[in-house]
Amino acid sequence: MGAGVLPETAAVYWRPRVDAARLRRRGWTWTGTTVAHTVPFLGTATLLMALEPLSFPVAAIAVVHAWGIPALYAARGAGVVRERPRADAGPERTALGLLGDLVGHEARELHARTGLILERGALGVWLVGEAGALLVRPGGRRVDCWCVKADAAELPSADRIAHLLLALREDEAGFATVANLAFSGAPWRLRRRLPAVRRAALDAARAESGPGRQARVRRSRP
Amino acid sequence: MARLIRMDQTGHTTVAEWRADDPGAVEAAVAAFREELDAGYYAVVSTGEGHAEQVRELPPDAELVILRRPIAGG
Repeated sequence: MGAGVLPETAAVYWRPRVDAARLRRRGWTWTGTTVAHTVPFLGTATLLMALEPLSFPVAAIAVVHAWGIPALYAARGAGVVRERPRADAGPERTALGLLGDLVGHEARELHARTGLILERGALGVWLVGEAGALLVRPGGRRVDCWCVKADAAELPSADRIAHLLLALREDEAGFATVANLAFSGAPWRLRRRLPAVRRAALDAARAESGPGRQARVRRSRP
Repeated sequence: MARLIRMDQTGHTTVAEWRADDPGAVEAAVAAFREELDAGYYAVVSTGEGHAEQVRELPPDAELVILRRPIAGG
């Protein structure tokens, strides 16, 4: 990725710049928050059943809440890479040509199948979409969903991706600083909420970032 | 032939083309470059696989300079 600082970080000057350690802490915080939301409902259900088995319906509702809250978080994360409305065929084709010039054959092929561009970075393996990106961390056991988009809604889909891809390549940490974190958690949790066509991209990114493949995750330039 | 292109609703538009050994074309490209930056675009040059760099002056020896809009958290 580039050695410069993304100029857009000036608009979010109050945010500390993201790095691997900060990202890890945010992941733990996210998991802790999810647990804090879930455990009280499970505890309530257990207590109700222990005190009065006839309260089963209420206990069941509590369990549904405990299951539903993480699922809603994951759905929000999946939303960052949902498909957006397309522009006319001509501009889309032109934009796709430029995007194709920016990436290699593998990434082009994955984009054709899934609509996402795979990009290796220092923080992990990225999947860049039209209005957001997924970051599969080294090891492939956690994925972060980032909501971020180009400041121009009229752009063709491939151009919106190219905007994010170029910004990511300029300054990966700055990109993650500017973007809003929508979800951080286990890939399986996110995968269930992704449209079927996007799941292959997540699988590919996990394969790239899994054990034994971490050497391929690119180091930042000094 | 080097190109300055702007990503826009048409896919992209070629704003300027030049050759490093043609001072007139370079000058016109620099003027067009300035105008786009003043309009709020950022200029980016690829610097190898997976790397890009923002430029504030037109690099005459670059093959391709891409103009992009700012990004923001959604």
